[in-house]
Parts: sequence; C-alpha cells; structure tokens
Amino acid sequence: MKITKNEIIHVANLARLEIDEASLDKVTEQIGRILEYVDTLNQVDTKNIQGTSHAITLTNAFREDIIKDHLTNNQALSNAPEKENGAFVVPKIVGR
Amino acid sequence: MKRETKMKLYALTIHEAHDLLKSRQISSTELTRAVLDHIEKIDDKIGAYLSVFEENAMIQAREADHMIARNEIQPLTGIPLSIKDLICTKGLPTTCASKILENFIPPYDATVMSKLKNAGAVTLGKVNMDEFAMGSSTENSGMHITRNPWDITRIPGGSSGGSAASVAADMCIGSLGSDTGGSIRQPASHCSVVGMKPTYGRVSRYGLVAFASSLDQIGPLTKDVTDCALLMNVISGYDPHDSTSVPKDVPDFRRSLEKGLKGLKIGLPKEYYMTEGLDPDVSATIDNAANTMKDLGAEFVEVSLPHTKYAVAVYYVIAPCEASSNLARYDGVRYGFRDKDPKDLMQMYRSTKSKGFGPEVQRRIIIGTYALSAGYYDAYYGKASQVRTLMIEDFKNAFQKCDVLLSPVTPSPAFKIGEKTDDPLNMYLSDIFTLSANLAGVPGISIPCGFSKNNLPIGLQLMGSHFNEEMLIKVAYNFEQATMFHKKKPSL
Repeated sequence: MKITKNEIIHVANLARLEIDEASLDKVTEQIGRILEYVDTLNQVDTKNIQGTSHAITLTNAFREDIIKDHLTNNQALSNAPEKENGAFVVPKIVGR
Repeated sequence: MKRETKMKLYALTIHEAHDLLKSRQISSTELTRAVLDHIEKIDDKIGAYLSVFEENAMIQAREADHMIARNEIQPLTGIPLSIKDLICTKGLPTTCASKILENFIPPYDATVMSKLKNAGAVTLGKVNMDEFAMGSSTENSGMHITRNPWDITRIPGGSSGGSAASVAADMCIGSLGSDTGGSIRQPASHCSVVGMKPTYGRVSRYGLVAFASSLDQIGPLTKDVTDCALLMNVISGYDPHDSTSVPKDVPDFRRSLEKGLKGLKIGLPKEYYMTEGLDPDVSATIDNAANTMKDLGAEFVEVSLPHTKYAVAVYYVIAPCEASSNLARYDGVRYGFRDKDPKDLMQMYRSTKSKGFGPEVQRRIIIGTYALSAGYYDAYYGKASQVRTLMIEDFKNAFQKCDVLLSPVTPSPAFKIGEKTDDPLNMYLSDIFTLSANLAGVPGISIPCGFSKNNLPIGLQLMGSHFNEEMLIKVAYNFEQATMFHKKKPSL
C-alpha cells in the first residue's frame, strides 16, 4: 500500500511539522520507498509471537519515596526561550 | 622529557599516558595542552569538534595534576577525552548537532560525565555527529560535516563520526559515543579505532539525549582494547536515575586483558556472509582475521541468525517510532530554539520544529508518527516488535553453540562524502550487520582488522551474549596483540 501526499501532510500535521510544497513530492517518494521496504516484514509468520519493547527483562524498577535535591526553578528555566515570574511563557492559549 | 617525545603526547593511548602521568614524566597540563594544540592545528581539515572547551579543559588538567600530586591517581585521571555532543555536560553546550538545541546549556551532567569527573578525566570538547544520532555518515549534522582522517574525501561513519575521527586523528586520547544501531561500531570500523556498544542497561543513559530509548547505549571509542576496558570500568554500572540500567555487578574489565583463546568457540553467522553487496576486500579481510583467531587457538562453528534479513526493516520501524515520541519534547517551550513571533501556540510548535529539525530527523519523525498512528500501529510497530522477539531468539540459539559471533561491521569501507545523501534507504541498508545487536540488546565491539586495497580501514565485529563484554574484550585483546592494525595511523 502506497503512502499518498495527503497522508504525508496529515501525519506531518500530527507531528506538528510543516512540509513545504516544493519538497512534498520528494519526501513522499522517499518515505514511500522506506515503507515499501518495511512491508517485507509481512513475509514473517508472527502468529502467537509476543512483541518485544525492551530487550532486557526488567520489571518494576522501584525506589524509595524520599525527598532529594532536584533542579531549582532557576536552573529549570535557564534554557527557556521566554520566561516570566518563574514560569515558561508561551503564546496565549485561551481566548477571552 | 625529550623534545621529540613531548611533541607527540597527543598520540598516546590512555594506558600509556597514565603510566607517564603516574611516574610524573608528564603532567596532565602538558598532555592536555598538546592535544588542544593538535586540535587547533588539524581540525580545520577534519571537522571533528563542534566545540572545544579550552579554558575548562586546562582547569580540569590542573585539578588532575593536584590529584596526582596527592597520589590520588586513577586510570583516567588527567586523561583528555572528547565527548559526543548528545551527552549532557553541565554548563557546557550540548547541541546534538541540531539547530533546535544550538543554544542549549544543560543544567546537569549525564551520569557518565559525573563518573568521568570523579575519575579525574579532562573534557576537551564536544564532537560532531549526525543530528540526534540519526545517520551513518555524520553528513546529517546540522552544523558541518566531518571528514575521515584516512581519506578526507570520505565519510568517517556515523553517527559517532566526530568521536571516531577525533580518536583516529589523535585529537583526543579517548572518546565517548553512543550506539543506537551501530553508531559506535560503524565509525570505529571506518576510522580504524576500537568501539564498543555495551549490553543494553550496562551503562546509564541518564543525560544522554534520547533517540530510541530501547536501543540507545553509551560506549567508548579508543585507540586500543586496553583503553576500551579502562573506560568501560568507569562508565558502567547501575544508576538509580536510569530505571533501565541493570543492577548487576561490574567486573574489572582489565582482568579480561589476558592471553589465550584455547577452547574458545567462535560462531560465524552464515546469513552475514551471504549478504548481497559484501565488498570483496571486506570479505577477504574478515577471512584473514578468522584465520588469525584460529592460529590463536579458537574453534569455529557455523551458526544461523535466520531473521537477519529483516533487521533493517524492524529497526527502521522501531527506532523512528521511539524517536517520534522522544523528539516531541522539542516544541520551543522549555529549552532550545523557538521560532520568532508565532501567531499562536500551534504555529509556534510547527515553525519551531520545521525550522529546528533537519530533513533526516523530520523524515524519521514522520515515519514513526505514521507507524504509530491509528490503524497502522499493529501493521508496523506491532509487527516489528514481534519480529524483534524472533531476532532475540536467534541470538539465544546461536549463543548455545558458541561464545562470540564474528562478522564484518559494515558491508564496505567508508563511502564518499555525498554518495548516499539522496538515497536514505540505501544508507539504511549499510547498517545491516550492526542493527541486530541493538535490537537484541547484546554487546558488540568493532576492532581494526585490516585495510582495503585503497588503504581504507576495515573493522571486525564481535558480538556476545548479554552482559558478557568481558568475553568480547578478551577476544579483541588477543586479536589486537597478535596483529598490529591498531598501531597504524592515518597520515595527515
């Protein structure tokens, strides 16, 4: 199944990316070829096979619930593109 | 010291420099100065570094000299290292070679950096890479390309291309890189240095900028196997800050530096040797290496990793899926680049990401987002994770018949700059021999094993079972001591 330009635009939107008109054909073609290649996985019989999301068996990494030093407010904001009163500033979200 | 010797301090290995520091024949200040001067002299040609912390490095060198004066020397004390630019260095830039993190100054150290600092190591600077570690040539760096010291018209490999080039060209004594699908082993192979990807969970990922969290692992790139063991000793171990690091004792890897391979069983995965496009020079060099191992007393068995041909497909679903999730955080809100004067929040996200990420990163985010989106999840991520299970089974079965697996690292030596940039799929296919170790979580090492007819380095890969880096170090050490490839240097 071939990925279409509209699907690329849709997925890019989900990822909050903008694909400019000029590169859309090329991006669609490149991603289409990669996905086509990935389709070779359909040759593998995976009936009743559990998926693996993590190669090393580890379950429940617990820790004690104790108070420790963490980044200070100033440190956490030290890379903020815009900040005010100890908080990150973003464009207005709620209308009046 | 005699003048001639002094002039080549930058060419020392970690253990050689350590011996000279310990016997007070040199100081860390002299050593660090020599390496910084060498960087200044030749890095215009190579482009390994993104930033050099000269002042900071000299301060650390002086502190190391004080430690040595107090007889507090450890194996890495006073040793100047380069660090791949995706490992967080407190107060010093960490860009991931991406415009989106161009101005990022981490407020904390990665765990490996804290460990290096405690050991008294010196940080020279941060080295180039493919943006967010996505690539096999360092051509995807958002800053500049890096050239292979053995042939400056060729790529150094990637994504840890800056690490490998800086080690090969003696612009550091050793380096740390990271490996998600071969990003330590492949550039090590192309630059004739030693590179190890430890078992997943052996080294803390805390402070390693995440690409694909179930595959990423930090590891050393060094001038020889002894240095690899020394760096592994310092960076390994459980870290409460990384819940995927494994609470397991760390052996002293120096104990693996002992001679003798009698009784060792080496597995040759037959699928690797039948791979289309395997360069005849690579094939012949690996055969020679196998013969050397045989002379050292190793036995060979043929093994099968039947799902090898699906590794590229599995990887290029799983890695982009994890990346699309990990990279969602670069939204211009808390750190990194934010595009100017957005008209609303949505526009801010879009223009920040579109201008901040390079083409390969955007491509992988789109693939990952698509593969995880409603209706496609089972067909892509679900399917790939099932085939991943089968690949892990393949390794388990193989390690019942042998102690280590021996194979090429890459199908061919370093390619020309620009040769594959327009064909991402072709670039991906060159990762065929390295991806499986990440998917299965097993450790792998690349060591110099020869040169092609036109004098390009060729590496040999050894893979072991989970947490058996000791075996890899032992076999690699024996091979290294029986050959001299690691002593050969590029002429610059």
